[in-house]
Amino acid sequence: MSLWLTLAVNSVALGGLLFLLSAGFSLIFGLMRIPNLMHGSFFMLGAYLGVTFLDRGVNFWLAALGAGLLTGLVGGLIERFLLRRLEGQVLPQVLLTLGFAFIIGDVCLMVWTGDPWQPATPAQLQGAVQVAGLFFPLYRLVILAVAVVVAIALWVMVDWTRLGAMIRAGVDDPPIARVVGIKVSQLFTLVFALGAALAAFAGVMGAPYLSVYPGLDFEMLPLALIVVILGGTGSLLGALVGSFLIGFLYNFGQAMVPDLAYVILFLPMLLVLVLRPQGLFGKVGA
Amino acid sequence: MEVSTPRVIAIVVALLLLVTLPAWVGNPYYINVASQILFFAVFALALNVLVGYGGLVSLGHAGLFAVAGYTAALLLARGHGHLVADTVALAVTVLTAAIYAVLSLRATGIGFLMITLAIGQILWGVAYRWASLTNGDNGINVAARPAPFGLSLAGADGFYYLCLVVFLACLASMRMVVRSPFGASLRGTRDQERRMAALGYDVWTIRFWAFLLSGFWSGVAGLLFLYYNQFISPQIVALTTSAEALLMVISGGTATLLGPVVGAALVVIMKNVVSAYIVRWNMVLGIIFILIVSFMPEGLVPGSARLWAWARHRLRRGKSGVAAATPPAAAGEGGP
Repeated sequence: MSLWLTLAVNSVALGGLLFLLSAGFSLIFGLMRIPNLMHGSFFMLGAYLGVTFLDRGVNFWLAALGAGLLTGLVGGLIERFLLRRLEGQVLPQVLLTLGFAFIIGDVCLMVWTGDPWQPATPAQLQGAVQVAGLFFPLYRLVILAVAVVVAIALWVMVDWTRLGAMIRAGVDDPPIARVVGIKVSQLFTLVFALGAALAAFAGVMGAPYLSVYPGLDFEMLPLALIVVILGGTGSLLGALVGSFLIGFLYNFGQAMVPDLAYVILFLPMLLVLVLRPQGLFGKVGA
Repeated sequence: MEVSTPRVIAIVVALLLLVTLPAWVGNPYYINVASQILFFAVFALALNVLVGYGGLVSLGHAGLFAVAGYTAALLLARGHGHLVADTVALAVTVLTAAIYAVLSLRATGIGFLMITLAIGQILWGVAYRWASLTNGDNGINVAARPAPFGLSLAGADGFYYLCLVVFLACLASMRMVVRSPFGASLRGTRDQERRMAALGYDVWTIRFWAFLLSGFWSGVAGLLFLYYNQFISPQIVALTTSAEALLMVISGGTATLLGPVVGAALVVIMKNVVSAYIVRWNMVLGIIFILIVSFMPEGLVPGSARLWAWARHRLRRGKSGVAAATPPAAAGEGGP
């Protein structure tokens, strides 16, 4: 009983983390149609930066924000000066983002060595809360809460604000959006930077329980990919549902069939591809 | 297809050089590098069927390459003969390619790429995490190379000739396919998907067969890789392998026969040279990707062909003294 509950709590926490990671991927890949193969690298870079800040005694939330900002800056610069010139050319975009993924991975290996880093859970977030006689680890719940807050913020931003309307217009019909005075290119840089920052933020949030190690980048990239394919490209709700689905599948799979846990993760994606190619919440023809 | 005399001479010279290579190279280390180039060229040619002629960029081909190697290694480890192991391995690879195709051909462009990437990662997960089957990170050893018709492949020379024969067979079959009606229709689906469909071609089926062809030769390359190293481990299933193969295809020039071969030579030589001096191969790979995107998006072979045509044009113009206004024409076998 208690094992199942622990698993469920861990699943929800991982789901929250995956949402933070894949929300940005959903915007970049789903909305802007950029095959961003460095999304996992943003996650890892952010985690390493955050770990370094924490090591220097910076407050946890500041470290997470700082890592997010710095990584967002890196992402924004790459988009502004390199990716933008390759608009609509899939193969060059793939090469460029893949190239940067390799470079970021190697730089991280050089700076932070091959040993795993695992920062302690921040003091004020340690311990457990008691609900209905059961204990829940506080930090897992915090991750969930942060994910929910970010989900609501993104949803409000994309669906209910002027900025969101401009982004959607820029995606649907860039030339017309430009004609009516929307600075599409600047918006795209902003969205790209936001996605990178979210991934990095997720990296810091995840560091205390996933730890940070070389290869984390290409472990997270497929997860973001599964979530987005599962939920439907460009759908934030889909990304949210997909994240929690994968979170549960990963933890329960790990507990029951450890050898195949990683493979099981991909099964719902394959099913969705066969039965409902647009994803659970994707629109047909989108 | 008329073949011009310089071309025949070039082919004969190249063949002679390849056949006599062990004699004039001598050092087994370099003969082994040549073997590597040949089987990676087979892999690159296989990937080029999709990337170059089909316009479908796959980032999961390491999975196909490794499925062949792993299947054969597992069967050999269980005491089966080379013939059985290799045949079953190729059959399994083609079957895997069919599964890849069914899932990934629901999309084109980015979608196709991402799905192949995901399937490739599944296979990496199997190789790395399903330790009871694949021996996980420790990999699988193969006791000995086969000896077909009593010919020993244990030495560098023998194995080089095996690679050469397979490579030439692959090149010949690719040339045949590219020039066949099937090759033309595959290029058609790349350039004018809708028009091909409207003309009554079954675009999906054409791409499916192309995928199987690509899978088959990827499997052959994977088998050569297995026998070359007599060892296989999850490292070869990683995304880096798919990316390297893509680099071979693109750096040489997509949709040409020679491009992937030149690309394979370049990448293998560079990898051997770079690894001898620094451990930062991934960084070098990344930087090359970015440089290619920035400066030579069409690849080395078409790029050089264009430059050569332009230079010859300039030379002739200089001789006759006529200022021709024709712009430098883009050369290359497969068109744009």
